[in-house]
Amino acid sequence: MNINDIKEILGAEVICRTDLLETTVNAACGSDMMSDVLAFVKEQAVLLTGLVNPQVVRTAEMMDMHCIVFVRGKRPNLEMIEMAEDRDMVMLCTDLEMFTSCGKLYSAGLRGGSGK
Amino acid sequence: MADSIRLHYDVSGTDFTLAGAASSDVKRTLKQLGISPDAIRNVAIAMYEGEINMVIHAGGGEIDVEITENDIRMVLEDHGPGIENVELAMKEGYSTAPDNIRSLGFGAGMGLPNIKKYTDDFRIETQLGVGTKLILKVNI
Repeated sequence: MNINDIKEILGAEVICRTDLLETTVNAACGSDMMSDVLAFVKEQAVLLTGLVNPQVVRTAEMMDMHCIVFVRGKRPNLEMIEMAEDRDMVMLCTDLEMFTSCGKLYSAGLRGGSGK
Repeated sequence: MADSIRLHYDVSGTDFTLAGAASSDVKRTLKQLGISPDAIRNVAIAMYEGEINMVIHAGGGEIDVEITENDIRMVLEDHGPGIENVELAMKEGYSTAPDNIRSLGFGAGMGLPNIKKYTDDFRIETQLGVGTKLILKVNI
């Protein structure tokens, strides 16, 4: 699956880095708690979250993630968008809620990581 | 790498949006040095959690990083309130962070356990009313 597939599946809007939509992604994580993301995610490329602050981008950066999906119609501010652009991350926004977003992506073959 | 590389950061305790800037810089430096991705990620996560802790609990602090041929050493020191019960603080899920911090995505009680998990050597020195010092090492 690539990021463009995620965009299509979630009916999402691309906020930044359209040039990276072809990036392949193998696993994802959905959480509003960044410490949980830092604890359990390995080799995951996509972060789904309803949290909107710069630490979302920082967390994704530390985990080498390629794409952040904001669910429930949340939108990043300009500062966050600039941070993501600078770090080669695609940002997507969907009106779908977290559970539905994760369910759709899972059904399409995207998986979570290996846990601990 | 013949000589070690030393980096120093002052972490602001007032601006939450800046938290993580030091970790971000270290990560970039390690990448430029060609350090293995696994080691870089371990350093980045451990230091980032420590940096966030400094901002949440201690009003900021200082971080020193030393990159040697065999490992990356980090010393994170704050002059905050200290940790009353280290054993409890090391338990996953235990947190003293206020609700406003949780709403920012932290305070899940995973900070110190995460730092320990991602480092090869983890030492904590803390004294109530004086501060907390983390001495960490990640092997390359």
